[in-house]
Amino acid sequence: MLVFIARRLFVSIWVFLASSVIVFFLSTQVRDPLAEARALPDGARENAIAEITERMHLDDPILVRYFRWLGDALAGDLGTNRQGQSVNTMLESAFSATVQLIVGATVLSIVVGISIGVISALRQYTALDQTVTFVAFICFSLPLFWVGTLLKQFLAIDFNDWLADPEISPLFIGGISLLTGLFCGSVVLGDRRSRLVAFASSAAAMAVLLAVLSATEWFADPGLGPVVVAITAVAGAIGFTTLVSGLEWQPPLRAALIAAAIGIVAYFALDPVLDNPQLPTIIGLALLTAAVCFGLGWYVGGDLYRRNAIPATVLTGLFAGAVIFTDRMLQSFADYSESVGGRPVSTVGAETPNYEGTFWESGLDSFGHLALPTLALVLISLATYTRYTRASMLEVMNQDYVRTGRAKGLSERAVVTRHVLRNGLIPITTLIAYDIGTIVGGAVVTEQVFGWSAMGSLLFTGIEQGDPMPIMAFFVVSGGAIVVFNMIADIAYAFLDPRIRLS
Amino acid sequence: MTQNAQPAGAEKTPAAPAAAQDAAAQGMSIVARSQGQLVRRRFFRHRGALAGMILFFIVVALAVSTIGAGPIPGWWDKDPMATGQVVDAGRPTLSVLPEFLGGGGLHLGEHPFGQDNIGRDYFALTMRGTQVSLVIALITGLVATFVGTLLGAVAGYFRGWAESVLMRITDVMIAIPTLLIAGLIGVIVAGRGIVIFAVFLGLCLWTQIARLVRGEVLSLREKEYVEAARSVGTRSRRIIFKHILPNTMGVIIVSATLMIASAVLTETALSFLGLGVQAPDTSLGRLISDYRTALTVRPWLFYWPGAFIIAIALSINFIGDGLRDAFDPRQTRVRD
Repeated sequence: MLVFIARRLFVSIWVFLASSVIVFFLSTQVRDPLAEARALPDGARENAIAEITERMHLDDPILVRYFRWLGDALAGDLGTNRQGQSVNTMLESAFSATVQLIVGATVLSIVVGISIGVISALRQYTALDQTVTFVAFICFSLPLFWVGTLLKQFLAIDFNDWLADPEISPLFIGGISLLTGLFCGSVVLGDRRSRLVAFASSAAAMAVLLAVLSATEWFADPGLGPVVVAITAVAGAIGFTTLVSGLEWQPPLRAALIAAAIGIVAYFALDPVLDNPQLPTIIGLALLTAAVCFGLGWYVGGDLYRRNAIPATVLTGLFAGAVIFTDRMLQSFADYSESVGGRPVSTVGAETPNYEGTFWESGLDSFGHLALPTLALVLISLATYTRYTRASMLEVMNQDYVRTGRAKGLSERAVVTRHVLRNGLIPITTLIAYDIGTIVGGAVVTEQVFGWSAMGSLLFTGIEQGDPMPIMAFFVVSGGAIVVFNMIADIAYAFLDPRIRLS
Repeated sequence: MTQNAQPAGAEKTPAAPAAAQDAAAQGMSIVARSQGQLVRRRFFRHRGALAGMILFFIVVALAVSTIGAGPIPGWWDKDPMATGQVVDAGRPTLSVLPEFLGGGGLHLGEHPFGQDNIGRDYFALTMRGTQVSLVIALITGLVATFVGTLLGAVAGYFRGWAESVLMRITDVMIAIPTLLIAGLIGVIVAGRGIVIFAVFLGLCLWTQIARLVRGEVLSLREKEYVEAARSVGTRSRRIIFKHILPNTMGVIIVSATLMIASAVLTETALSFLGLGVQAPDTSLGRLISDYRTALTVRPWLFYWPGAFIIAIALSINFIGDGLRDAFDPRQTRVRD
């Protein structure tokens, strides 16, 4: 294995160097960097040309310029742009903006995409499956820049207008409830009657919920409140236990319910701490939650159920924490909305300039700026995950060992989570790694549509000014991500799938 | 009730006569079909693929017949580039709602997709953009498929140093983000026309097909019939083109189709960013980019090109899906 990794690393470095030569050569050819200087009036012209030539070493052959760049880059200096500004400084802010943009989008599309793919595979050839397939095909075919602009219009501008008078029209309530009902009705297995019951009850619940939210003008001043937090935490405990171990055994469920109860107590106990916390406090609390829940699962689970109780408890604890976090965030919404003039969903940039507020308010500020680009990115990559997960699940579900599992009387949950899901997700891991590699370079369009000055802006300045340095900085990050994550994908695949022989 | 013959051709396998007697005893008849017939049958039973095919032909027919191609004039009398009087704030005159439903009846009107701010007919403009985007996507797809197939087949068949070199070249191409290399090349060849642009775009996008074809060839070259061909002294070129590539046709055709769909999206995205098709040419991506600020005042200028991009990409994706099902011998769902 070590030899394999070492060889893979060696090859990756050479591949990366070779592609950097190509990119460097191409980026010296895009445009004449002296075009603006040549257009200057006599007198100023010669000076400007000489200055830029000197700064960019235009008199040297391209190979010499490349090796000068390579030497500097290996020492950690990515050079200066045509104006003489350090590219490293430009890269720092651009990189952090791009990371902000893609992390949320990637995590969301992985989680949602895989879930939908799994459901779709488990209900193969039903109306739900066919709808998912059709929607996935539409998502495959969407031009990102077009969708992004539409989202800006309808979700940002129109949504902000709507927030001024947040009343949901009956037609909208009816539509959403119908969709919810159809979804739940088609997920539930069983005869026509149980499907109808699922359809009717979920649709009615959704309609009542929306009507209440609309009547109380919840959207203008949202929040969850202790009751909803408590119900959600308990529901989370039951849900995670079902998923991890099933409800037949007591200890895991007991451990998870205790974790939920602790969460509810913490909701009140932590009130002063959560008024205006710092980011480290939140991270510390999350780690503490995980540790406490781990111990709880270990203790309550006992020798027999430890393996199931620990993941169920930790998931429940973190979920309860996330609910409390969301509640806090929502409670600051009214203040935040007022401070940005009633337009919380933003269409331009990564943050409101010069915005100052509590932790929750600046959190909302980032969220309001991230919402639309994230949604656009998710829409596009969701489809890939859904399709791949579905195909991979279906392939595993036809294997003999799955039939054996059913034949020896395992519950459907155990078959699906332990045998199908585990093996079906192996190819998805590599897909995720490849995808993360390409998304850094692929986010350029989204950044451009939503006016983020991120990695894409380096590329565009470079092209506009005929300047290789910013382009190379863009390449180092985006191409580097591709090479590194492709390597990770190969290694992970060899590691996860014992059928692969390393020779 | 008929029963499909085995894809490899029933008459060649020794089990076939027995199966035929068996089938005859049960009152069924066996119809021998060639591989091509089987694929065609499966394809045309795929509802999505059929719908995609029809939609694609409608778009192509519309784009070609309306404003014509080259010297041949089309039936639409307006020129995409001719400016004119802006009528009714440039609103579209297309009407599809019949009169008894409160609409204006079924007609195209003077400017079905409206006019832009200098009075150009947006229907003609969209058709011109569609033509350009289609031509670029087709050329890109063909070039990428050709290069990818050739490199993949050579690498897979010869193994050894040829494979190492070709696959490292593929790795190097993969390491460069598509938008980066395509954008740089797009700017470098700007102004040389759409065909050159499309060829170079194809030269950026062949890596996936090369890997796929190589994988297929790697497994096919170990087959007995290839060994037999080699043992009677057949030259490598003939083995590759006569014996191996025809058997990888399914994979190649499917990925070529999907490549065309993604080429449409890549080209429009590049043109949107200003790195692709340059004026005076236009494409669907350029149209959206040119009129992106018009969304609030003249939304139709924004909607139509997007709708055509989706129609093209969606229909080709569905055709590709149908082809994949049709070529996959493990496919059992769409048989009678």
